[in-house]
Amino acid sequence: MEPILQIRHLSLSLPVKKGMVSILHDVSLDVAPGQILGLVGESGSGKSMTAFAVTRLLPGGGHEKLGGSIRFCGEELTEKSEKDMQAIRGRDISMIFQEPMTCLNPVFTIGRQMTDVIMTHQKISRAEAMKKAEDMLASVHIRQAADVLRCYPYELSGGMRQRVMIGIALSCRPKLLIADEPTTALDVTVQAKILYLIREACRRLGTAVIFISHDLGVISQICDTVAVMYSGHIVEAGKAADVFETPEHPYTRALMAAVPKFTVSAAAGDRLFAIPGIVPDPSEAMAGCRFAPRCPFATEICRTAPPSDTLTGAGHLVYCHNWQSAAPAIGVLRGKEAEA
Amino acid sequence: MSALLEIDNVTKTFRTKGFFGKTKEVHALNGVSLSIEKGESIGIVGESGCGKSTLANLIVRLDEPTSGRILLDGTDISHMKEDELRPLRRRIQIVFQDPYSSLSPRMTIGQIVTEPMRVLGGHSEAETEERAKELLHMVGLQPSAMRRYPHEFSGGQRQRISIARALMTEPEILILDEPTSALDVSVQAQVLNILTDLRAKLHLTYLFISHNLAVVKYISDKTVVMRKGAVVETGPSEEILTHPSEAYTRELIEAVPMIGKPFRMPDDIAESV
Repeated sequence: MEPILQIRHLSLSLPVKKGMVSILHDVSLDVAPGQILGLVGESGSGKSMTAFAVTRLLPGGGHEKLGGSIRFCGEELTEKSEKDMQAIRGRDISMIFQEPMTCLNPVFTIGRQMTDVIMTHQKISRAEAMKKAEDMLASVHIRQAADVLRCYPYELSGGMRQRVMIGIALSCRPKLLIADEPTTALDVTVQAKILYLIREACRRLGTAVIFISHDLGVISQICDTVAVMYSGHIVEAGKAADVFETPEHPYTRALMAAVPKFTVSAAAGDRLFAIPGIVPDPSEAMAGCRFAPRCPFATEICRTAPPSDTLTGAGHLVYCHNWQSAAPAIGVLRGKEAEA
Repeated sequence: MSALLEIDNVTKTFRTKGFFGKTKEVHALNGVSLSIEKGESIGIVGESGCGKSTLANLIVRLDEPTSGRILLDGTDISHMKEDELRPLRRRIQIVFQDPYSSLSPRMTIGQIVTEPMRVLGGHSEAETEERAKELLHMVGLQPSAMRRYPHEFSGGQRQRISIARALMTEPEILILDEPTSALDVSVQAQVLNILTDLRAKLHLTYLFISHNLAVVKYISDKTVVMRKGAVVETGPSEEILTHPSEAYTRELIEAVPMIGKPFRMPDDIAESV
């Protein structure tokens, strides 16, 4: 299917005290209608900034520098004025965030907040908007939707608030939904329901979804395609099934090996694979691959020249010099050998 | 053989004053009993509001139980006064979830890590500093960290500093209240490995609290599943995961997203207020 959002060679620099610091480097992504793209990586990898660049909700007070192209429904977003973007945000592109409490206004009822959004983008009366809001809450499987409309945010649980946020986000039938860590603050049983809701809405309404998470398990379960980010670069991308079955980039493999699984236990002498060091500061200049200082497979070339995107299979991209020679699996290392 | 730490039928009720003076009672813990042997690593898993952190706060006596007993080596500490408690505090220490709010931004790492020893007294300045350096080394930090401030460290490093601080008093029991929940997976792996090494080296007893079943399984020999202030199920971690006997435990296991596990539609998708 024709992608609804096409990001090509996106770069982003933000102003800091001394000059500019480069946050995103050459990011290219496609999202198709009714499909979920997962953006995964550690904090500071640039996944949220990529989403903010699409909606142009960037820190930097208008002094940020955006390069490359973001084509959405055939239109170039990077050339849009702030006024045009305002009309697009909430109507064609919606966002949901991690903390549903801070996104809802504590002094207004859910009904008031939902109808405000609907009435901003559609010329209808409050009563009609209220009916739409009720339908929307019912569609995210809230029982007694009419009662919930009369509630204040504090009266709802975290899971219910996130449902309301999804309801608001979908109320104008957006073509693109950006979900930034929407289940990170929720319990696992509630998370499972919210994930299901997002996927169901995406399929039913044909909404394209960018799903941002640091949780590989979550990403692997609900996404159709996935892009792994590290320090402002996409280091690996492809169909979720391909990337998680045959991860090619050392970073993806290391991340997967770091996740504790039900089958490992310290008592049995298992050790988790820990990636040494931390994500580099964006202001830190590096000649080669930005993962090289932490990469177990880094060679001389990694430290001196940036890698290029390599196609390893159908639509499976990897950004690494040594993806072929790197040992095929970093499993859970047993005993003391992990230290070596 | 008597347990090192025995929690016997503990309840904790909080009274909250409503906006118009109406009082409401919240039963955070309803008759929880647990017994922890020396050298064991016990994991407590449960969703928010299940009472796991309340239990941690009672064990380190940051709070007092409403009823029931908490026995440390057979001595009831549940209602002890502060001056009686002080010598016992040395034996039970805690590491909190948020490595940002649990370290004072105005103190150097050296001051933070040595503080428990200075509070308890009885050690020379040189001795204290030597021990601090040794512990920082054990958690993988340089001695030069002593002169630096918390803001210069990442979340994972700060959590390691918190662990070093907790170990200063040579405790027997370490309570770990969601110590890796705020960290990235790669950093979480570092911290979990360090905790595993420290336990072997220092013969520690762990009470590890988390909402993440896989993390609890990794670090603990025994797992306790809690829900709504009560213990649902207790048993060897392996057993709990492979043969859960309670429906709630099964639900919890099913809901954990794992790579390669197919997405399963939750039984009841709807929710009401």
